[in-house]
Amino acid sequence: MIEFHDKSIIELYVNGDLKTVAARPADTLLFILRESLGLTGTKNSCGNGDCNSCTVLLDGWPVKSCLMLAVEAVGHEITTIEGLQDVPMQKAFVEKSAIQCGYCTPGMIINSHALTTIYPDASDEIIEEWLESNICRCTGYKEICEAVKSVINM
Amino acid sequence: MITFDFDYYRPDTIEEAINVYKKITGQEKKAIYYAGGTEIVSMSRVNQLSFDSVIDIKAIPECNVIETKDDKLIIGSAVCLTRICDFGGYPLLGAVCRRIAEHTARDMITLGGNILGKIQYKEAILPLLLTDSKVTVAGTAGKSEKPIDRIFNEKPLLNAGELLVNIIIDKKYINNPYSHSKKTKQEKIDYPLVTIASVKNDDEIRIGFSGLCVYPFRLDIIFGNIDNTNPESEINNILNRVPAPIVNDILGSAEYREFVTRNLLIDLFNYYGGMN
Amino acid sequence: MESRLAIGKNVIRVDAHDKAAGRTKYNSDVTDPSLLHCKMIVSQYAHANIKSIDTSEAMTAPGVQRVITGEIAQGILTGTFVEDRPPLAIGKVRYHGEPIAVVIANTELEAKRGAELVKIEYEPLPVLNSPSDSMKPNAFLVHENLANYRKMKECTPQPGTNIANNVRIRKGDMIKGWEESEVIVEEYLYLPQADHIALETRSVKAEIKPDGNIIIHSSTQGPYIIRKKLSRHFNIDTGKITVHTPMVGGAFGGKAAVQLEMIAYLASKAVGGREVILINTREEDMISSPCRIGLEASVKLGATKDGKIKAAQITYLVDCGAYSDMGAVMTKSIASDCTGPYNIENVYCDSLCVYTNHPYVTSFRGFGHSEYTAAIERTIDKLAKALNMDKIQLRLKNIAIPGDTTPTCSTLTKSNIGDLKKCLETLKVKLKWEEGEKVDINKDTVKCKGISCFWKTSSTPPNAASGAIITFSPDGFAHLSIGAVELGQGTKTAMAQILAERLKVDIKRVKVSMEINTSDNPEHWKTVASSTTYMVGNAVIEAADDVICQIKDISAIVLRCSPKDLEVSGGKVFLIDNPEKWIDITEVVHGYKYPNGNSIGGQIIGRGSFIMKHLSGMDENTGRGNPGPLWTVGAQGVEVLFNKKEYSYKIINAVSVIDAGTIINPIVASGVTMGGMSMGLSLASREAFIYDNNGIILNPNLRSYKPIRVDEEPEYIIEFIETPEVDGPFGARGLGEHGLVGMPAALINCLSTAAEKDLNRFPLTPELIWKTK
Ligand SMILES: Cc1cc2nc3c(=O)[nH]c(=O)nc-3n(C[C@H](O)[C@H](O)[C@H](O)COP(=O)(O)OP(=O)(O)OC[C@H]3O[C@@H](n4cnc5c(N)ncnc54)[C@H](O)[C@@H]3O)c2cc1C
Ligand code: FES
Ligand code: FES
Repeated sequence: MIEFHDKSIIELYVNGDLKTVAARPADTLLFILRESLGLTGTKNSCGNGDCNSCTVLLDGWPVKSCLMLAVEAVGHEITTIEGLQDVPMQKAFVEKSAIQCGYCTPGMIINSHALTTIYPDASDEIIEEWLESNICRCTGYKEICEAVKSVINM
Repeated sequence: MITFDFDYYRPDTIEEAINVYKKITGQEKKAIYYAGGTEIVSMSRVNQLSFDSVIDIKAIPECNVIETKDDKLIIGSAVCLTRICDFGGYPLLGAVCRRIAEHTARDMITLGGNILGKIQYKEAILPLLLTDSKVTVAGTAGKSEKPIDRIFNEKPLLNAGELLVNIIIDKKYINNPYSHSKKTKQEKIDYPLVTIASVKNDDEIRIGFSGLCVYPFRLDIIFGNIDNTNPESEINNILNRVPAPIVNDILGSAEYREFVTRNLLIDLFNYYGGMN
Repeated sequence: MESRLAIGKNVIRVDAHDKAAGRTKYNSDVTDPSLLHCKMIVSQYAHANIKSIDTSEAMTAPGVQRVITGEIAQGILTGTFVEDRPPLAIGKVRYHGEPIAVVIANTELEAKRGAELVKIEYEPLPVLNSPSDSMKPNAFLVHENLANYRKMKECTPQPGTNIANNVRIRKGDMIKGWEESEVIVEEYLYLPQADHIALETRSVKAEIKPDGNIIIHSSTQGPYIIRKKLSRHFNIDTGKITVHTPMVGGAFGGKAAVQLEMIAYLASKAVGGREVILINTREEDMISSPCRIGLEASVKLGATKDGKIKAAQITYLVDCGAYSDMGAVMTKSIASDCTGPYNIENVYCDSLCVYTNHPYVTSFRGFGHSEYTAAIERTIDKLAKALNMDKIQLRLKNIAIPGDTTPTCSTLTKSNIGDLKKCLETLKVKLKWEEGEKVDINKDTVKCKGISCFWKTSSTPPNAASGAIITFSPDGFAHLSIGAVELGQGTKTAMAQILAERLKVDIKRVKVSMEINTSDNPEHWKTVASSTTYMVGNAVIEAADDVICQIKDISAIVLRCSPKDLEVSGGKVFLIDNPEKWIDITEVVHGYKYPNGNSIGGQIIGRGSFIMKHLSGMDENTGRGNPGPLWTVGAQGVEVLFNKKEYSYKIINAVSVIDAGTIINPIVASGVTMGGMSMGLSLASREAFIYDNNGIILNPNLRSYKPIRVDEEPEYIIEFIETPEVDGPFGARGLGEHGLVGMPAALINCLSTAAEKDLNRFPLTPELIWKTK
């Protein structure tokens, strides 16, 4: 049984590295990533599970880091936007002009990257189902969908 | 940010979970089981919940299975909704879950958490109510199997310290004709104004409602009573049997919810009527 | 047209790579452990006396340094036209969410814990929940002291009422107008407040250095305005204030307000000048910080039988919430363009900024135009119905063209107004108007179209100004320093394109300062009003010309010719009549060195500046004046599948045809326009603050306030008409807000046709349509 009491040192496997940080069991993964590990690519926008700006991958699956405790991630592999280095999805977002203010972008790219990794042949329906999770206030989502489709058709 | 502190436990077995619960409460402290955490974290950050410890049940193998055993389908309480949708073994449950929250949230929300949380909708319970599902509950006295309405009827009925381990669905219902429809205020991704799920079983139609009242419930009707030329009287019958006042809130007025429900029931009648 | 290097090209945004990598640092991404954290305590009531604030327990909580309340800024009132708002409430709260106190602590956790310990005792007061309630003769006053507030001269508050500004348009002769009118229609429209929901919530860091210099880091559209406001209210030299603004995660007008900066400044001051950080939660960002105006509009139009509009009588009640701030300015902007892009000879408009007990407002994409446009366009549709005339035809008959005058009697010219006729005609084709406005698809479903026209001028202050500075790296890269903030609208890229075009170099050799530092970057008024391309772009051109001139001067000496004989292009300076003879600009931009070591020239530094010309304030009695340099016009439409049984609908197509002058970057322009359209449809169809009877906002988070998501999006069709604006950089007009402006109007018109009901409220939810008689 894993247990943590009070503020304790936890080990998180982030972007391929084992990181040691002090965390309260009540700290969200989002808070620890940003404030303790300096991984500020992961964004906080609603802090309540509603917008997906804070999406990271847990063992390859997108999760909302604002609704997850950091201690929950112990023993799992975490991937943040900083862990993706020039993957096709990032290039596609740049080329398709799917970025405006960029605040939703890390969450969008992380989610879309997971989607195309898990479903390399995703149908339009599945793409929409996945992207429904993310709010973008700047675009009309079209360029984002195009970027995702361009990676699927690669 | 959650301002109060608590301890975190992630037991590997049911026994460990029950024991640690007992230990904590023995110290006059409050423990809660923690599954997807989506409700616990969002309520805690605004101090609508308080506790001293969480017991994360996601590492318990029994809570994580999806398996078929003889004529039963068994789904662990900590299985997330995405897995239930992708599994596809129970189409109605998959359809209902697919309309709860959105994809990333469904990666986190668990079946057990959805039906035992504070949220009034608990949409995932509808298919379970309609199929007289059973549940396995673990407590200090060991494991026991109970009908679903013994752990939820208007509100969660688990005793303190009891852990919902899994849900057992009788496969005989799985291929019955079914329907599901969720109506929201405007968005696809929203809590329901009204969600209706139904299953036809011989000459009865079992209808589950979420959103109409402050808790989900089931009503059965006789298939033969459906008269598509005059659906009104049966719809009125159904609405008369609704067990609590119709909700009136920012998603919709009670009158509008009733209007939406009437439309949904007409659709439902047409759907089953068409099978005649 | 000469072939262009960068203008009109789909250049990849200069900020895209860093953003895609998650490496862009937004304001709250940069912290350090020495920062103190602020947590606000905000009002739980929409209107109440504050009987007591007990901070004693919070003060002794671990890590808490100080707790500040309104008393710390006793006597300071802030605002834009009327100074009516204390930085923190004193004695009274006037809206749900109003900041009352701030806990300053060593960590975010300690600040939040401290805030939970502050106890406030309220004495609830009745609330004013709509502008029309506030206008009732017996309504209580939100501000009893209105007569004593400081105000700008262009603003006319009405002490003894809830009117914070009263702008009048009196054009032509109404008696004549009504006499000539054979058909008269009237419409009332209600539009509730809503919120910007920029995905990045507002945040500020503030520090007062031992030498008295003040350093602010803010997620803002107006770094230079912050400097001015802090200076004004706290009596500090602007020269001592430096505001830093990195990339901003969406703003939409909402970050033009100065609010948290003052609170953070006060907090820093309270802890001996140490650096503090204040980050809004989503909930605070929605209700404590300012939101979008609400509007109640009454419009009466009169026309001849053949559809010529002769008279317009309009009342706009702007719900500015509890404090007037930019609400009072928008009231004016609404008045100045109050009729929409139609030539109406006789206009009588009262545009009133009305206090309520709602959150206070600030600019929102469109600056009031999307709101009043819905009222005007709804009435025009009604008029078309009354006249039994085609809706496009009626509009074509009345659109404003060069030679006509605006409600403020500004004369329109070929250059300052775009070609609306062409926009409408293009819309007609793109929307397939000929198919019919309403077509039955099946028993329950109809397909319907709805349209809207719009115009918008910038409503900048008459002396709004911008600047640009160009320096060079030793290898000849041009570095452009400007004061325009990147909010996602692509400003930095557009400016790089303008500079590359003017210097005739590859855009890769142009670098634009991404972050703003008000002490280093030349001032730009504020990054709002779609006027940045126009204003900063002009400054950049002037700076580029300055650079070219300097390069030529030095090169002429080296090449022994007159500067007139030279041309600068592709990083070279060459003789026009003998291009074989040239030198590389790298040889001159840092001074030219002769083989023997003698040097001439020195660094080349280009300067450019721009100030609005010929703008004037509006006359208090008639509204006469010149509110902006140019009008961007457009025509928009939507197509909807409407379910008659359920009153639900799906928007299938949305069309914008906008005359934005020369388009600097088509892919960015259509992306920003599409984003605006999407936001307009989202606002119209689903977004609104929902207040209870006590003025409490029931949906202050994104679980219950729901911006549009991907699955609800229609297909977008965007066309640009490019009528060059002679004063615009390379002929560009404003673009950025415009995609939004006509969308709510088009949707309400469309659904009114579809449901055969006279819809006059937003947001257009199925329940609203069902309920409307
Ligand atoms: C963005 C969003 C949208 C949503 N929309 C909907 C919707 O439309 N319809 C809908 O029905 N739901 C919706 N939900 C889900 C709902 O609000 C809850 O968040 C969710 O059901 C909780 O599940 P969880 O697994 O995260 O539970 P947790 O937060 O882990 O737990 C919830 C409660 O259940 C108890 N619990 C959990 N598992 C067990 C167990 N095995 N034994 C005993 N007790 C247990 C916990 O102690 C706790 O009290 C939405 C959630 C989000 C984040
Ligand atoms: S910040 Fe996590 S979902 Fe919005
Ligand atoms: S690009 Fe700004 S929110 Fe998506």
